[in-house]
Amino acid sequence: MKPSIVPLGDSAALIQLGETIHPSVNQRVRALAKRIEASAVNGLIEAVPAYTTVLVQYDPLMLSFAQIKNILQEKIDQPDEPASHKPRLLEIPVRYGGDYGIDLETVARHLHLSVADIIRIHSAKIYTVYMMGFTPGYPYMGELDNALVMPRLETPRARVAAGTVAIAGSQTGIYSVESPGGWRLIGWTPLTIFDAKSESPFLFSPGDKVKFFEER
Amino acid sequence: MSLEIIELAGLATIQDAGRAGWKKFGVSSSGAMDAFALRAANALIGNAPYSAAIEIGLGSAVFRATSDCVIAVAGVGFALSIYLWDLPLWGSYYVRAGWTIRLDKLDSGMWAYLALLGSVQTDSILGSASTNLSARFGGLNGRRLQVGDVLEAAQPSRARSDLAARIAPVSALPAYSDRLVLDVILGPQEEYFTPENIAMLMSQTYVIHPTSDRMGYRLEGSALTRNEKKELISEGMTMGAIQVPQNGQPIVMMADAPTTGGYPKIGTVASADLPLLAQCVPNKSAIRFRETTVEKAQKKYRDQIAALEALARRWA
Repeated sequence: MKPSIVPLGDSAALIQLGETIHPSVNQRVRALAKRIEASAVNGLIEAVPAYTTVLVQYDPLMLSFAQIKNILQEKIDQPDEPASHKPRLLEIPVRYGGDYGIDLETVARHLHLSVADIIRIHSAKIYTVYMMGFTPGYPYMGELDNALVMPRLETPRARVAAGTVAIAGSQTGIYSVESPGGWRLIGWTPLTIFDAKSESPFLFSPGDKVKFFEER
Repeated sequence: MSLEIIELAGLATIQDAGRAGWKKFGVSSSGAMDAFALRAANALIGNAPYSAAIEIGLGSAVFRATSDCVIAVAGVGFALSIYLWDLPLWGSYYVRAGWTIRLDKLDSGMWAYLALLGSVQTDSILGSASTNLSARFGGLNGRRLQVGDVLEAAQPSRARSDLAARIAPVSALPAYSDRLVLDVILGPQEEYFTPENIAMLMSQTYVIHPTSDRMGYRLEGSALTRNEKKELISEGMTMGAIQVPQNGQPIVMMADAPTTGGYPKIGTVASADLPLLAQCVPNKSAIRFRETTVEKAQKKYRDQIAALEALARRWA
C-alpha cells in the first residue's frame, strides 16, 4: 500500500506503511521511526513504531498538522538505510511450567501436544521484537509456530508476575512488571525486563532477535 | 519549604507534564490529568510551566506547612481553606509554618494541583517526575502519596510574599462545567463505523462510568455498532483518543493510558478540551461531542495557552 499520514487528534500523526503483520513491513516501520527521531525538528516529540504504523507525537504550539505532514512525507520518501549491523540476538533462559507457567499443561492438552513438545517448539525459533507496549519494556514477539497458536484468556488475570513468559495468538511476550494479563502463561525468566532506575532500563528494544532456552 | 500530608481521603500523586520519548519502549506518558490547571498553578508562582506538583483527586486532603511556603492551588471540585480562611482556587498564597491547607472535595470536578514555589522535589526518572502507578516508579517511590509524607520544595528559597495573593481571572480558564460539548477530530479509523454511528457519537449524551480512572474514562450511552468485524493491528495512541471496543461503549484514553491499543479509534478529543473532560464526574457530568478540524483544534489550544502565558508574563 501507499503510505498514509493521518491525524490522530491535534498533537499526533499516524503513518501507516502496511496492512498486515509482516517482517518486512515492520522493518520499514522501525527504520522510518528511527529516521524521524534522528531528525532535529523543533516541536517533534517522539516516534512510536508498532507492527505496521509509526505514531508521531508533536507539539501543536510549534507545528501545525500540515507542517508535520510535510516533514514526515520527506522522511517516508528517503530510502531506508541498509542495516549497518546485524540486530542483537538475546538468549533468554526460561523455567517452563512451575509456579509461574501455570497454563503450560492446559495449553499442551488443548493443542494435543506434550509439555515437552511445547517447550521444544517454543524455544526452537528465533523471534523478532515487533513492537513494545502494554507496560514499560514489554516485548511483542513473533511469529509463533502455528502449532502453538491459541486465543488469549477470556477473562484476564488480575496479577501476573514480572518475568512471566506467555503466548497469545501468534505472539509471545514476557511480562515486564507485575500487571494484569490475559495471555497464556508458560514459564518464567529470572532476567529483569524493566528497571526504571537502571542506566539501561529496558532489556529489549524494537527489532531485537530473541531465542528462548530451557533452564531447569 | 515543605508540606506534610496529615489527612488524605482521595488519590494524591506527584505529576508534571508527563514522560516524553519512551513510548516506543511501552512507557506511558503519565502526567497531570488536567494539564491546564497544572500549568496555571505553576504560572501563579512563577515556576516553569510544567514543574512537578501534587495532584489531588477523588477525595479531600489536608496538609500542614512545616516551614513558611508559597503555594498555588488550581483545579476544579475542591473548597480550599488555609489556616482560618476560605480562599478561591486558581490563586497563590503565603502559608506560615504550622498552618493547615485543607482541600475539601465538592460534588463537581475531580482534580486539583498544589504547586510549591520552586517545584516539588522528586527524582526525575526517564525524564519526568510523574508517578507511573501501574509500573510503580516516578514521583514518590512510584506510589500514591500517604499521610505522613513530607514534600519538599526543590529549591528552598526565601519565601516570597510578593508571589502570593494572585488570582487567575475566570476569563482565562477553560469553561469547566457539568454539561459539556467537547470538540472531536474524527479518525483515524472512521471506516470501522457507519455514518449512522458517527452521527450517533455526535448527537447522544454520554455519562462517565464509575470504573473510570487515570488510564481511561469509560463513556456510557447507546452502543455504537462496528461496521467492520476485522480487528485492528495494535498501534500507538495518545491521550484523548476514543477507542471503541466490541461492546460499542467508547473509552477515552487519559494520562496513564497504555502506549498502544488494538481497538479502532473513532476520533480524538481536542487538546484544549481535555482539561474539561478530565474534570468530569462519573454518573453526573453530561458530555456531548462536536466535530472539529485539526486546524481549528490547534488554534483553540494555542489561544488557550497564549492567554495563560500572557497572564504569566504579567505576573513575572
